[in-house]
Amino acid sequence: MMVETLQALQQFLPGFLIPHFNWLVQLGDQLGESMFGTYWPDLFTLVWTLVKVLIIVSVLMFALSYTTFAERKIIGWMQVRIGPNRVGPWGLFQPLADGLKFLFKEVVLPTKADKIVYLLAPVFSFGPALIAWAVIPFSDFLVLADVNASLLFVMSITSVSVYGIILAGWSPNSKYAFLGAMRSAAQMISYEVSMGLSLVVVMMVSSSLNLVEIVEGQGQGLFADMGLTFLSWNWLCLLPMFVVYVVSSFAEANRAPFDLAEGESEIVGFHVEYSGMPFAVFQLGEYTAMLMGCTLVSLLFLGGWLSPVSFLPDSFLWLFAKIFAVLVLFFWVRATFPRYRYDQIMRLGWKVFIPICLIWLAVVACWMLSPWTIWK
Amino acid sequence: MGSMKEIFNSLLLKELLKGLSVTGRHAFARKTTVRYPEERTPQSFRFRGLHALRRYPDGEERCIACKLCEAVCPAMAITIDPGEREDGSRRTTRYDIDLNKCIFCGFCEEACPVDAIVLTRVFEYHGEKQSDLYYTKPMLLANGDRYEKEIAADRELDSKYR
Repeated sequence: MMVETLQALQQFLPGFLIPHFNWLVQLGDQLGESMFGTYWPDLFTLVWTLVKVLIIVSVLMFALSYTTFAERKIIGWMQVRIGPNRVGPWGLFQPLADGLKFLFKEVVLPTKADKIVYLLAPVFSFGPALIAWAVIPFSDFLVLADVNASLLFVMSITSVSVYGIILAGWSPNSKYAFLGAMRSAAQMISYEVSMGLSLVVVMMVSSSLNLVEIVEGQGQGLFADMGLTFLSWNWLCLLPMFVVYVVSSFAEANRAPFDLAEGESEIVGFHVEYSGMPFAVFQLGEYTAMLMGCTLVSLLFLGGWLSPVSFLPDSFLWLFAKIFAVLVLFFWVRATFPRYRYDQIMRLGWKVFIPICLIWLAVVACWMLSPWTIWK
Repeated sequence: MGSMKEIFNSLLLKELLKGLSVTGRHAFARKTTVRYPEERTPQSFRFRGLHALRRYPDGEERCIACKLCEAVCPAMAITIDPGEREDGSRRTTRYDIDLNKCIFCGFCEEACPVDAIVLTRVFEYHGEKQSDLYYTKPMLLANGDRYEKEIAADRELDSKYR
């Protein structure tokens, strides 16, 4: 068990190390077997999974902290400023300083709050956003849990974070937080509908719920045969769905121009009563959800780890580049558009996106059944 | 027909893309930020900063306790007690400016008939408690002595407009 798993890592090692590596692996396997006997394979699977979880979470946390930094820098540039540049070289330690600031801030517990639920709510908004990463494939073999219906899993797990918002609004016993939570929850649920409908089209086209298969399916087609894989990705043939999905993920992640939850200048959201670390956890949850949204956009519409042209190799680096590009789009939009009014958000979700999704669903269905179908 | 065109344009995200292109272009524009301690914006010779009491070149203090500055001060930040010196001349025994109250309007400088109270270009000063910003006569005279060269040069530049 251990030997096969670890031998897959050989390809990342320089040649002269491989014999030593193999020897170490054999030694570890024998040691483990003599110590734990028949429990060894299960135990090893557990430890190995934990190691992978740790790697994903730590990379994610690092990416998260620098997402905040990149956001401030890029929005700064668009406002003809230079952004944070004081902490460390080019301001690179800014996330650390921000984190320290949050750590040293006082956690204010409202007297009439339901303390347990109050402290649990940020976990509910951050946890699901983190769990969803379990099924995200970073390349055709770099995936923690290659489950069959991973897209469905992601959809359902990210929906759970609405509970975090509801609890955060309910538990501090404050009417403003409560109203804000109602608003945010309604917004997230409304946009989940249009998001789900646009995903239905993607599922239909790739006839799979598995993210790995959805990505692999985008690598075939007329343009892919000509060497221009990037024209075969879902974004072109499903362009309206792509736009709807991207805009819905702005709303889903509570990002500008739909950031009524935060709305610092005119309206208060569900986390008014939060301060210090619990508030930071809400922020982390928001940024994780945003990264999740970017990753899903890159996987479902931008061909994941597939390289844009056929003469370059596929690599998880392409996925990271695409995630970053979508992330920049998020920041760009935040720097450009004013915040929507609440009724405008609802109008856009229900009266524009859902009809567009339904129409395009019918169009794609007819297209797939017609002799001119491009999906086989 | 017009509304059809409107719907079509909004579906094509025409205006959104226009907005994005504006911010996109500005992302690569020259930044206007001044990195303050290293870079500074140019300062006028009429800049109104920290106050100072001047002396004549022979060392005699200029202020004659006419109290015009105290009268004109809109924030009532100036307190003056006049008195007679041993040689019989009229001088101040007390000349205080409360910088917590001062609004840096420069009226005291304009009112002064002998150019005694002036506002220098210095703006980088601080007080760690409120009372640190209560400037007394010796402090103001010391300011004047320290920045006299600069003050005189600035008055010289301004002289043809007065």
